[in-house]
Amino acid sequence: MAILSLLSSSRTRLSGLREPLRQAGLSALLTRGAPPHARAADHGSTEFSSPGGHRPPPLHWASVGSRTISSDVGMSLTQYGSTNHALTLHKRFYQTLRPQHPYCGPRASIATIEAHHSVNDPSEVQRRTFGSAAKSIQRNPAYSVLNSEDVSYFKSILGDNGVIQDKDRVAVANVDWMGKYKGASQLLLLPKSTNEVSKVLAYCDSRRLAVVPQGGNTGLVGGSVPVHDEVIVNLGGMDKIISFDNVNGILTCEAGCVLENLSTFVENEGFIMPLDLGAKGSCQIGGNISTNAGGLRFIRYGSLHGNVLGLEVVLANGTVLDMLTTLRKDNTGYDLKHLFVGSEGSLGIVTKVSILTPAKLPSTNVAFLSCNDYMSCQKLLLAARRGLGEIISAFEFMDRQCIDLAMAHLEGVHNPLPFSPYKFYVLIETTGSDESYDKAKLEAFLLRSMEDGLVADGVIAQDISQASNFWRIREGISEASVKVGAVYKYDLSIPVEKLYDIVEEMRSRLGDMAEVLGYGHLGDGNLHLNILSSKYSDNILAQIEPFVYEWTAGHRGSISAEHGLGQMKAEKIHYSKSPEAVQLMASIKKLVDPNSILNPYKVLPQSAL
Amino acid sequence: MKILVAVKRVVDYAVKVRVRPDRTAVDTASVKMSMNPFCEIAVEEALRLREAGASAEVIAATVGPAQAADTLRTALAMGADRAVHVLHDPDPARPLLPLAVAKVLRALALQENPGLVILGKQAIDDDCNQTGQMLAALLNWPQGTFASKVIIDKDKQKATVEREVDGGTETICLDLPAVITTDLRLNQPRYATLPNIMKAKSKVITKVTPADLNVDIRSDMEVVQVDEPPKRKAGVILSSVHELLDKLKNEARVL
Repeated sequence: MAILSLLSSSRTRLSGLREPLRQAGLSALLTRGAPPHARAADHGSTEFSSPGGHRPPPLHWASVGSRTISSDVGMSLTQYGSTNHALTLHKRFYQTLRPQHPYCGPRASIATIEAHHSVNDPSEVQRRTFGSAAKSIQRNPAYSVLNSEDVSYFKSILGDNGVIQDKDRVAVANVDWMGKYKGASQLLLLPKSTNEVSKVLAYCDSRRLAVVPQGGNTGLVGGSVPVHDEVIVNLGGMDKIISFDNVNGILTCEAGCVLENLSTFVENEGFIMPLDLGAKGSCQIGGNISTNAGGLRFIRYGSLHGNVLGLEVVLANGTVLDMLTTLRKDNTGYDLKHLFVGSEGSLGIVTKVSILTPAKLPSTNVAFLSCNDYMSCQKLLLAARRGLGEIISAFEFMDRQCIDLAMAHLEGVHNPLPFSPYKFYVLIETTGSDESYDKAKLEAFLLRSMEDGLVADGVIAQDISQASNFWRIREGISEASVKVGAVYKYDLSIPVEKLYDIVEEMRSRLGDMAEVLGYGHLGDGNLHLNILSSKYSDNILAQIEPFVYEWTAGHRGSISAEHGLGQMKAEKIHYSKSPEAVQLMASIKKLVDPNSILNPYKVLPQSAL
Repeated sequence: MKILVAVKRVVDYAVKVRVRPDRTAVDTASVKMSMNPFCEIAVEEALRLREAGASAEVIAATVGPAQAADTLRTALAMGADRAVHVLHDPDPARPLLPLAVAKVLRALALQENPGLVILGKQAIDDDCNQTGQMLAALLNWPQGTFASKVIIDKDKQKATVEREVDGGTETICLDLPAVITTDLRLNQPRYATLPNIMKAKSKVITKVTPADLNVDIRSDMEVVQVDEPPKRKAGVILSSVHELLDKLKNEARVL
């Protein structure tokens, strides 16, 4: 269902619009404003999520083999794609995953490899079975076990409807949308107010019951689902918009508001949300903030650290921390709200937010370009920052392997630059206030870049459907990559000048064993490194890890650019943070949550706590 | 042989249209405007015919306000050789009707003497689907409407047009000069590449007025009011099958 909700989430850039238009003929054409296909994107994991009905049915994994996803770091939302075809594929793909903890389990625990043919699936999908020792994170015995008195207490606070023990409903909340991580919680709580969250946490703290905060559950690193039997506190019931200042564009709302609903709301007021991601139909603003989600507007509007003006947070002991200011400037003491932006619910539960929303601009232009070498891409980025500074809103890059893959596996997509193959492709989007001015500016910039030799060839979208076609290629890469068979995904931040080196090194390390793709948000120094092969193999994995982490660390990059650490990479934090920094994080964690009840086993390595 | 292609500037296909608060027309202020998708197909077909050697020159024409020149630039960036812009400032209460456009195009056709006029089968804003047919009648030329395939025989001066009709495909043969209107499946329009956008900047757009062409485009139809379709009512979630049956019987009265 998550897929469906993603599909129906509307964006103005319609994916693959031209094709449906052709297929559906006149009727498609006459139905203006029909729900566009969702734009899927490979960013933005959010942890907080609503429990019911917003993800693929979690029922099938028991029946099929499981599979190693050891390096499948950034399972990105792009895979949801925008076609029904992708939908089917997706279900098929993910329902075969048995929740496990690939990073934690010793590789020796991989037991057998089995090839599995599905009747409906012409292509062979290989799956693996982990041994019984797949879970290496032991339950911390210091936590209490839930008993019936606890449940009655929760009922006294939240009422019968706010305390869910129904197996099916709890089962849904126990699993992430990819089916990659699965907990064993017995209880799902649905508070309706800050006060209720406060009472729940105060009680859990006194009883030392571990808690996992949850929003839209669209994360990619298992941060929003229990590892063991943590009580799930889902914020989906807190979905009220509190106020909107339509002069300054400041939105104040509860944490459980779905991003797309907020987006629709502020757009009617002439503003837009400062972030946008593929999961917008399900993800919640509280989760976006708790995971510091990146997304598509990052290059223009920056990180949530800049856009979040105030927060209301409930601490582990039930204290309500009111930092819900709506001021642009406020230098009074330590700016504590930043501790809760990106700490993945490990320091407190965000219950209310105030966020700055930029004005909505009417004119968007998209160009799809090719470059002969990576140096040209970098120069083009610099030139675009100078020449298009005030209107640039996206600068995405892909290598040729990505384009070939997209052309081979995506339906209804055709290469805008088919005549000669280039090594690199760049998508530039501008957003501004004056259509003809912006277009003239973009054209002049591109013609100049072409004369300077930065751009080898290029096309400019003449209408919105062409623009969506360009975006469809960029966004469809991840969807296309899962069609090959096995895919190892990494979400890395690397200084731009070194960003492509890892792709080339990986290519030479792997040789014929696997296909290596590099694409991502060049403007943000964020590379999505995908390694594809027909099946998963220990050999390939051994060539990739820990090399990729060590290489990234060696260049002072980040092993998690925008997906977070969650349970997947909690133990890998050392690759990107110094021991002193990790130690300070642990001290903060101990100070704010001394009983360590909030989102345990995640973000920080167990050894540090 | 010349090919004359008519193009129209419309609200972009992907934009959700809104009615102006005074309910006189659809709101086009600060709304993305693009070439009508059927016209794009018409331009593409003309370019393909030229590339196949059936034609020497492709002329794009439009009737509209100053901004409609952008649409002509798009046609030129796709590859048209030159363009004619018939200037006309729209009046929402008196929209330009297909007959007026057909008369303008007839005048242009008599000036340019094309072997073929290609139009989109309809524009996505008013959905009239009349201009091509009216133009053929005014010129007294044969017409091949809703074309899904076009073949030109230069020697015999004939065009073979496949049309998608209810029962299947109809193939007709027309003597040139003729009028052809395009359907969706005729082709996949190309993108405007940077080199072509650059070239388009030096191509000529001739500006004329309807008066220059001796065409009276006065409209005898007046738009009284424009309304949005009624909003769909929110659904309800029922708790049981009994309730559903009850509603179907007593409210919807379908059982």
